Amino acid sequence: MTTPVSSESAAAVEDTWTVAGRTFRSRLIVGTGKYKDYATNAAAAQAAGAEIVTVAVRRVNLTDPSQPLLVDYVKPTEFTFLPNTAGCFTGEEAVRTLRLAREAGGWDLVKLEVLSDPKTLYPDMEETLRSLKLLVSEGFQVMVYCSDDPVYARKLEEAGAVAIMPLGAPIGSGLGIQNRVNMRIIIENAKVPVLVDAGVGTASDAAIGMELGCDAILMNSAIAEAKDPIRMARAMKHAVIAGREAYLAGRMPKRLYADPSSPLGGLI
Amino acid sequence: MKLLLNGEEREISGVSNVADLVTSLGLDARKVAIELNLEIVPRSIYPATPLADGDRIEIVTFIGGG
Repeated sequence: MTTPVSSESAAAVEDTWTVAGRTFRSRLIVGTGKYKDYATNAAAAQAAGAEIVTVAVRRVNLTDPSQPLLVDYVKPTEFTFLPNTAGCFTGEEAVRTLRLAREAGGWDLVKLEVLSDPKTLYPDMEETLRSLKLLVSEGFQVMVYCSDDPVYARKLEEAGAVAIMPLGAPIGSGLGIQNRVNMRIIIENAKVPVLVDAGVGTASDAAIGMELGCDAILMNSAIAEAKDPIRMARAMKHAVIAGREAYLAGRMPKRLYADPSSPLGGLI
Repeated sequence: MKLLLNGEEREISGVSNVADLVTSLGLDARKVAIELNLEIVPRSIYPATPLADGDRIEIVTFIGGG
């Protein structure tokens, strides 16, 4: 009879991550934009195994109040809502939007994104840092979308960000993680969770992010714009798990030359 | 009474407070948040929050976003 391998190394303890005192099992956060309808959106979020979804805050359609609402499909009782400040270009706009979000939802965990120009949707880091300080002073728990600049990442953490979320590539570009070196430096220096937010295009991109040691990945377009969003959501779930497991397992060293897998001794 | 509702001027009658307004617009108060002249109005005080001519009101909800 064989002795079972010690399970200590293989998830004897559940692998979770914690942001602002809330603990989650899923390391995949999904957006709720760009779907053809809210039903597909809800099915994709479920297929992704997501526990957190990002949402936007917008004016109610007063001319047709009977239009379907996001909350009727993607329910706040099933998912933690992470309201964003998409479309805000100043700290004041971001604060105003999130005050409304806090009133609509009754929670204070939020995603700050202050963008610069519409073509790149690159974060305006000076304004992002200023907005963060305003939000923190109002008691918000702020997860911050940011550039992959390790210096700004540190400044955000010092200003009270509960999570640092550098872009892998521009929002909606699907280009994958462009600067792994910076991502790794940010991860090594941060004491709060680091998430890749934006830029993931396909499953391998998500796995790479997790292999770098990110705590979680946030994505929207990669799932919503796939031909089969529900299947891609499932692929992303597996990719994030695979990347996380590989990171925890510790990869083999890279070598320039071959190293045989079969022993050379005992050759006939 | 003239109100600036979500950026549009609207003539609304038979409404004296925020709770009345929500009902008259056919909205579910649990799914929206309201700002009156740039101040958040907590849901619990909708009935006690009077409206006046020229008030600027924003009514928002959650929609899909990344």
